[in-house]
Amino acid sequence: MSNYVSLGYGDLALAAVFLVINGLASIWLGLGLERRLAVAAVRMFVQLSLVGLVLKTLFGLASPWLTGLWIVFMLLFAGREVWARQENQIMGWWGYGIGGGAMALSAGVVAVFALGVLVRPDPWWAPQYFLPLLGMILGNAMNGVSLGLNSLHRAIKRESRAIEAQLMLGATRWQAAGPFLRDALKTGFIPIINAMAATGIVSLPGMMSGQILAGVDPREAVKYQILVMLLIAGSTGIGVMLAAFGSLWRLTDDRHRLRPDRLSASKDGA
Amino acid sequence: MLKVEGLTRLGLGPFDFTVADGECLAITGPSGAGKSVLLRAIADLDPNEGQIATAGMQREAVAAPDWRRAVALLPAESGWWADGVATHFQDARAVRPMLARVGLDQQALDWQVARLSTGERHRLALLRALEQQPQVLLLDEPTTMLDAGTTGMVEDLLKERMDRGLSIVMVTHDAEQPERIASRVMWLENGRLNARAGG
Repeated sequence: MSNYVSLGYGDLALAAVFLVINGLASIWLGLGLERRLAVAAVRMFVQLSLVGLVLKTLFGLASPWLTGLWIVFMLLFAGREVWARQENQIMGWWGYGIGGGAMALSAGVVAVFALGVLVRPDPWWAPQYFLPLLGMILGNAMNGVSLGLNSLHRAIKRESRAIEAQLMLGATRWQAAGPFLRDALKTGFIPIINAMAATGIVSLPGMMSGQILAGVDPREAVKYQILVMLLIAGSTGIGVMLAAFGSLWRLTDDRHRLRPDRLSASKDGA
Repeated sequence: MLKVEGLTRLGLGPFDFTVADGECLAITGPSGAGKSVLLRAIADLDPNEGQIATAGMQREAVAAPDWRRAVALLPAESGWWADGVATHFQDARAVRPMLARVGLDQQALDWQVARLSTGERHRLALLRALEQQPQVLLLDEPTTMLDAGTTGMVEDLLKERMDRGLSIVMVTHDAEQPERIASRVMWLENGRLNARAGG
């Protein structure tokens, strides 16, 4: 690609100028955000630089086992992230497993389908395709699942009286928690619906912009973006549903009891 | 009829007692003794051990929702899951004539839950529980929030249902209430239920 402009580290340092201005403003206004801003920026720099090295190595080795290992690592990290974002976490391994498992299943199935049936690179698991695609799908599923679970767990903690009132009248656990389950699913779905509706007019999605910057014909970049959007939306929806049903199943028991005792206390102590 | 055998929950019990058809057992005892915990355990709302049965039903043998329709719990603070009162009833039309029996306005079903006083909520929750025609009613402080007049109305309604065979287990702090309505009084303290001379 002849017109591709490569960046030097000096360019990156210069790009940080505006962040430094924000940091100074934070000190001046007493926001106390300068430390977090710096830590986040450094983390971003280190994580992305490392991932650049990892991807470069994985692409070069083209080993299905090492690619698979990296995928497992991504899934574990996404599971941890979903767990860490919950205000009320399910205690024990379940808390980690339900969100992580739901994402692994939904993102995994969608990514394998996309590569094996639609894009069909050679080999189908080629890390140049699999890893970025999975990363985009997983990142969005992660947001949807953590929003959905957060909403469900909050409701189970705060609305336990309303849910139990229905249980006392002979409702099943699915009937009694139904409205809150539906709220949680909506909460998880809405960001991706909004993203699809607004995309292209104000925001040019990152992936498409990246391809355009790299010199790809915008019409081709758009096709990839549409594919990715559809995959992301599909996988987020499936992931949110699996996680919410799994969570509700764990937060009730087979005698149709509500089990908020399986949730940790709120982090803010409320 | 309600038959409780070897019921334990959170170090409380084992509890063993029987309440006959049409009988009301009052349970009293110091605050925090576990009276509400006991009622919740009978309704199978918390994990617990032991055998409980009604006339035609063994708790372990039926699905929990069926058990709770037969053995209804009215907690001290009722829960509401929709904005309108009527939504909480299966057949609002059938409930309307009952409103006057507990001193509520005929329009109460059309009200919003958020506007209800604690006492109004409690009486509506009682009607909601009775609507299911339970065999056993578990009452947690049924009249604490009510004035003497409405307490009398609620007790009359309960007595009428007892005459038709309803068994009641009632937790109460009102020292005179057992004398008015209960056939037997038991004292719960230190995780044990002991018989006490009652009305």
